[in-house]
Amino acid sequence: MEQASKQDCGRNGQTIGDKSAMRSATIGQFMNIGLAHYLTVAAILFTIGIFGIFLNRKNVIVILMSIELMLLAVNLNLIAFSSFSGDLTGQAFALFVLTVAAAEAAIGLAIVVIYFRNRGTIAVDDINLMKG
Amino acid sequence: MVLTAIFFYLFAGLLLLAGLMVISVRNPVHAVLLLIFAFFNAAGLFVLLGAEFLAMILMIVYVGAVAVLFLFVVMMLDIDFAELRAGFMKHFWLGAAVGGIALAELLYVVTSWSLKLAAGGGGAGVAAGGAAGVTGRPALTNTEALGNVLYTKYVFFFEVAGLVLLVALIGAIILALHRQKDVKRQSIAVQVARRPETAIEVMKVASGGAIFPSKDGRSADSMGRGPP
Repeated sequence: MEQASKQDCGRNGQTIGDKSAMRSATIGQFMNIGLAHYLTVAAILFTIGIFGIFLNRKNVIVILMSIELMLLAVNLNLIAFSSFSGDLTGQAFALFVLTVAAAEAAIGLAIVVIYFRNRGTIAVDDINLMKG
Repeated sequence: MVLTAIFFYLFAGLLLLAGLMVISVRNPVHAVLLLIFAFFNAAGLFVLLGAEFLAMILMIVYVGAVAVLFLFVVMMLDIDFAELRAGFMKHFWLGAAVGGIALAELLYVVTSWSLKLAAGGGGAGVAAGGAAGVTGRPALTNTEALGNVLYTKYVFFFEVAGLVLLVALIGAIILALHRQKDVKRQSIAVQVARRPETAIEVMKVASGGAIFPSKDGRSADSMGRGPP
């Protein structure tokens, strides 16, 4: 990618020389897995979780699963940063996020079980009264 | 490096595909199984990043406990899922708009922001926590390195995490405990509080005679079994 060229530099400082230089630069961007790749995957997974909550507003179990997806995306983010910056803080933090996610899933499912016992259904988009 | 790229795209692609199918599939058992598949692929990504301890913990805790809990609840509750899918398409465009805006913001940050990384970037070797050739010490495994830092620098958070788990445990049990009224149970307190004065009665039997048990109006029988 260091081919000298008489033409101007591109926006990212890439020299726009031959087409093969551009192609190998693009392939290099795809083949060299860097931090941005992992962060992109985590970002897309996070939005899939958000989208899932919007889509399944009645089904509280799928809402809980979407929250788990969002927490997984956050964990991926933390571990990617921890790996690429050589600091183990991210991994310790991801461990605690995992702990809290497991605790929250357990309590959420216990609430679902009680709700179902009392109401006979788990449609939660109509819970807007404090007193049953 | 190419092998890393192949595995990264494989794991990432399957992870995103599984995530999309979790939120859109009709059968909830399939949704939970696809969530488990997503966790497997995320663990693969963690291993690629060099965090193999966290990958295994993800397997054990997330798949082995949380997803199994989801499966239990999905299979135990008799839920009418057809009725729950009723409003599915109503909020599709709002959700797509909000999700699209969030994704655009995140991707903008990721692609246009160059990070000044501290002690050398690059995936797998860094998270091992010890440079092999620098001081002559052998490189630590990820587990050892995490242990070195977890019980010294982050011990407070470690203890608080234990407390969070304890509170969740107590809360879940108290919430979901279903005491049935018509089942006979043992009362341990009654059993433990037996005194010899009330438990044993010394009777004088004439030789050749018989004893009939006294018909007291006691509330617990001899095993300490009382009303539930």
